[in-house]
Amino acid sequence: MSHGASQREPARVVATMSTIDLLDEASSGLFARPGRTALTVLGTVIGLAAIVATLGLSRTASNRIVGRFDEIAATEIVVSSRPELNEGISNAIPWDAAARLAQLNGVVAAGTLSSVDIGDGLVTTAPVNDPSRRTDFDLSVQAASPTTFAAVRATLSTGRFFDQGFSDRNDRVAVIGINAAERLGIVTLGTGPAIRLGDEVFTVAGIISGVSRQHDLLGSIIIPEGTARNLYRLRQPELVVVETRLGATSLITAQIPLALRPDNDAALKVVSPPDQQRVRDAVQSDLNLLFVALGAVSLLVGAIGIANVTLVSVMERTGEIGLRRALGASRSHIAGQFLLESGVIGFVGGILGASLGVLIIVAVSAYQSWTPVLDAAISFASPLVGALVGLIAGTYPATRAARLEPVEALRSGT
Amino acid sequence: MASAPTLQLTGIGRQYGEDPPIHALRDVNLHVERGEWLAIEGPSGSGKSTLLNILGCLDHSTTGTYLFEGQDVGELSDRERGGLRSQHIAFVFQSFHLLAHRTVVENVMLAEVYQHGSRRDRRVRAEAMLERVGLAHRTNYLPPRLSGGERQRVAIARALLGSRHVLLCDEPTGNLDTATGLAIMDLLAGLHADGLTIVMITHSPELAQLASRQVQIVDGFLTEGAA
Repeated sequence: MSHGASQREPARVVATMSTIDLLDEASSGLFARPGRTALTVLGTVIGLAAIVATLGLSRTASNRIVGRFDEIAATEIVVSSRPELNEGISNAIPWDAAARLAQLNGVVAAGTLSSVDIGDGLVTTAPVNDPSRRTDFDLSVQAASPTTFAAVRATLSTGRFFDQGFSDRNDRVAVIGINAAERLGIVTLGTGPAIRLGDEVFTVAGIISGVSRQHDLLGSIIIPEGTARNLYRLRQPELVVVETRLGATSLITAQIPLALRPDNDAALKVVSPPDQQRVRDAVQSDLNLLFVALGAVSLLVGAIGIANVTLVSVMERTGEIGLRRALGASRSHIAGQFLLESGVIGFVGGILGASLGVLIIVAVSAYQSWTPVLDAAISFASPLVGALVGLIAGTYPATRAARLEPVEALRSGT
Repeated sequence: MASAPTLQLTGIGRQYGEDPPIHALRDVNLHVERGEWLAIEGPSGSGKSTLLNILGCLDHSTTGTYLFEGQDVGELSDRERGGLRSQHIAFVFQSFHLLAHRTVVENVMLAEVYQHGSRRDRRVRAEAMLERVGLAHRTNYLPPRLSGGERQRVAIARALLGSRHVLLCDEPTGNLDTATGLAIMDLLAGLHADGLTIVMITHSPELAQLASRQVQIVDGFLTEGAA
């Protein structure tokens, strides 16, 4: 072996370290004390698992809240006319409004609904058993298109709904709400009960036991629209009740004025539920703020743990740092190695934390019979956040390590 | 430049602190030729370690110039001084400085980490160096299981890997018993015979006599010749 070298002035070279050597040295540093490294990783794992789990669970929970909300209100649109804009216009809402809207893609059902003025007359039934029983009531009378029953999701306890034929023939039939039926003392249709609206006699065709919207229908007498026009001179439909498919309300809301009043779209007042996404976001932001704050606190504790352990490690490894400087390492090599070690701790903590968080979400959802909602972005961001936390936490210890004078470092360690 | 000494110190002073200043070295003039084995002899606190650190580019002088193979070390950046150490200067310390959790051969391989070399066959080269210092049978041991003499041999093997041609030894036998210390000195003598430039500091006149040239350092002043 020759130790001879050229006699000329050596070219200035900077110390280098290949990436693979850097990874090798950092991993050796981490595996030198596996127990301590594992405990350090644990801090980040807990912090990130808490964040991932809480974000996921809040999303899962709010998804349920929004899901319930969807069922009831998010598919409903109610169209009415603006009286102040419709002076002298008799037909702000056309009679065939329900049929027109039914053609729109996204509309599940549409029906028109109007309250009927039966003058001074009351609703009366014939006294069946009890002559002393009161038989006349001031009940609301509504005229509905046959499709209205579907649009309000009405369910029958007995009998049937009226169809378009009843309306066209101006038949004197009525469907009555369950509350109205109780007041009128009608419990069965077996006897062919009849009611009197003022002077006109109507046969009761069915009793509605429930509706999902327009709840006052349960206390009303509902008669066919054609009959109401004929007998009570109903001038125009008062409301159009529309049920849409989920997510179609904003589109349908925009289309309704054109479909019903292409000549004057300002004549209509279209009431739709608030934007779904906004509702969902609003619910989530409330929940998330709390949960993320909790997760952030645990992450901060994890970061302090990394900083603390790395700092102790720098002090313990002072001799090693001196040796590396003697072997040619520059300050940046030393800083780089310690930063990489703390970054890897954070990264591994992030992977384990995300995995643990997802497991928690799935376990809680399974226990509660919820549908787990996982945001892939959060799971994938977790290792990066962990690495970032590790790097930030490692900055101070790494700077301390890099600032060590090699002479001092070699003197202090073995 | 053809005849430039390997190491040349001119008017080197090293002062620590300001109030009051401590002068560890005062106006040191020294040159070390290629292939020389120089012993720097002196009592504790005489400044010999400071001198060795300056020679090894681990510390910088406050006055004077230091030419390493003709290159002014004072002009180099931290990274460039690191580069110079990684390519040219090897160290052997009194306290060995082995990493306890790395095997013997991994400790030796560390010598090439900051060099411009390839990782290929690094382990083979490290094993060859261990064989050269008589430790082929300890390759996969962890340092705590080795005797003091064996540990210093590992440190010497590490110093040899990477083809550095200046070896700086700081009391290399200071932690060893006499017999083991002499064996280490034999090893150094062999390396010197192979052409390695060695600068060794010691407080022992007997060990200093084994070197080809001796200088004394007392209270920061350097004088040529044996004690």
